[in-house]
Amino acid sequence: MVRKTAGQNETPLLEIKELQTGFKIGKNYYNAVEKVSLKVDRRKIVGIVGESGCGKSVMSLSVMQLLPQGIGKVRGGEIKFEGRNLEKLSEREMNKIRGKDISMIFQEPMTALNPVFTIGYQIEEVLLNHEKIDKKEARKKSVALLKSVGIPRPESIVEEYPHQLSGGMRQRVMIAMAIACQPKLLIADEPTTALDVTVQAQILELLKDIQEVNDMAIIMITHDLGVVSEICDEVIVMYAGKIVERTDVMELFDNPKHPYTQLLMNAIPKMDEEVESLATIEGLVPSIQKMPQVGCRFANRCPKAMPECTQITPVLAEDEPGHEVACILYENSKQPERVGDR
Amino acid sequence: MNMTETRETTAQPPETEKEVLLDIQNLKTYYPIKGGFLKRTIGNVKAVDDINIQIKKGETLGLVGESGCGKSTTGRTILRLLTPTEGKILFDGKDITNIKGNELRKARQDFQMVFQDPYASLNPTQSVGDIVSEPIRNYRKVSKKSLKPEILELLRRVGLPPEAYDKYAHEFSGGQRQRIGIARALALKPKLIVADEPVSALDVSVQSQVLNLLKELQGEFDLTFLFIAHDLSVVKHMSDRIGVMYLGNMVEVATNKSLYAEPLHPYTQALISAIPETDPKKRKERIVLQGDVPSPANPPSGCPFHTRCPMAKAECAEIKPALKEVKPGHHVACILY
Repeated sequence: MVRKTAGQNETPLLEIKELQTGFKIGKNYYNAVEKVSLKVDRRKIVGIVGESGCGKSVMSLSVMQLLPQGIGKVRGGEIKFEGRNLEKLSEREMNKIRGKDISMIFQEPMTALNPVFTIGYQIEEVLLNHEKIDKKEARKKSVALLKSVGIPRPESIVEEYPHQLSGGMRQRVMIAMAIACQPKLLIADEPTTALDVTVQAQILELLKDIQEVNDMAIIMITHDLGVVSEICDEVIVMYAGKIVERTDVMELFDNPKHPYTQLLMNAIPKMDEEVESLATIEGLVPSIQKMPQVGCRFANRCPKAMPECTQITPVLAEDEPGHEVACILYENSKQPERVGDR
Repeated sequence: MNMTETRETTAQPPETEKEVLLDIQNLKTYYPIKGGFLKRTIGNVKAVDDINIQIKKGETLGLVGESGCGKSTTGRTILRLLTPTEGKILFDGKDITNIKGNELRKARQDFQMVFQDPYASLNPTQSVGDIVSEPIRNYRKVSKKSLKPEILELLRRVGLPPEAYDKYAHEFSGGQRQRIGIARALALKPKLIVADEPVSALDVSVQSQVLNLLKELQGEFDLTFLFIAHDLSVVKHMSDRIGVMYLGNMVEVATNKSLYAEPLHPYTQALISAIPETDPKKRKERIVLQGDVPSPANPPSGCPFHTRCPMAKAECAEIKPALKEVKPGHHVACILY
């Protein structure tokens, strides 16, 4: 079960290259995720931060190949999991990966569980689908799983239905289901947003423990910079379908470079500081149909915007080692886009 | 103060420089549980169980607590959207606990509410002009047309363009809708606004816009706020004093500064320690509470928090501690003090 420590030149667990995911509105497709590239190494917790509509959830659904059929579509780029291109897999092959190698937990523990089946049945379903075990063993295993996520009296909870549990307990059940087959990658889409702070603290603690014990990587999608600073190793900040900044967590909080990241940090009230008024970001994210084709997508709301910002499309480039930013305030972002990019 | 004998547990020293706008005394709000063949009351959900608190003019009192702790029920009872089971609500010196009908309708001009969900709290079939002017038209016989300049001024004040007047709620983003809700609450120039989780449905950048707006309006319109939220950093930013609720009880009341600098109740300590730190260098050992909040239909005996309290002693299951002042302006309900 235990995987060997990854060498520097080993293939990354997940590699997304120039991903473009579009949604159909009328007859045309509009991209909600625009040329996003990222890597997730084994055993790393990568945070993806951004506000509603920045494309963070769409990206995770693209990885899971769970985009709404006929409406959402991956229109370009590659998603490679352990070197295999997920786009090229058949539905059957993908089903083998989904839930086994990559699994996902969702924001709404209230709606993500099926109300008409018992907790035990729903966990066993995952196990029976992916592992060669019989029902009796599956039941035993699901009790053990519930225990490992900190559910009291797991033997009787397996017989209960989702509505009998609290929000925090349901999220624990979701986590138990997600880790049932010891996935290598867990995508957690706002796993604590619907929960109270004390329960959120419990769940974050649990995710960290499981990550260590199971040796898995986590993609943590959240809008909450507090959650990011608590558990992530690396952070990606997204705005309007593009990555605007990427670096490790310490560096991001010490030295945010993109004006959007800076504003985002000053917009949250801090516990240990007293400020009269908070930073605000005026205006709105442009709608997906009216996204500017040239220039920075944040230009219309950016307090540091210059006339060039609407003419030069900034490129995500390293400004300092290990710290990438897409803003023309930084020289390296000014490089012309590569041919064929648009 | 002629009520002193029943007021040992009051959350504020009786003599203060500012006038008291709202005085809540021993407030209880229970929801009956009906059951059986005759639908008789077989029990009560004790959503608010004996709380005392005062809000002074021009002050913002924050209420924090986890879901189900009774903070929204408290807010709604104060606005008399619910009738309290027991206790007294004095608003501006007037007892509004049991007033009804026309009297209640008139009193409501002075206290308004801003709701959590800007998507559900605005009527989709009314234009913004209708929504914002409706409270005024309820109390004064005036035409919509003659109110237009007043409404446009209100919209301007909350940061909406004049074009908004003829538009409908669905044409606005979440933050703008919340501004419409705020304009509606301001329309009658109330003295008290109860804001129940006004920013929890909004993105951070928009959240800060709405918080800043509420602060500005407070000075300008001479408002008193009861600010209900589950996010402690937001409550801290907004409030002068903060009340912490747990399972229908007020467990600690203190000024903003002393509550965060020196939380006294073990629950407050856990709650503050649970907030994710926004500086990764300060990742800390936190007090992680075990289990979930007990059901308010069947609250534990003694101190409501003793089932999850890391410092609980045997007596905690027997004695229900009253809120008492342990330092000037800092009240806590815990036998440790």
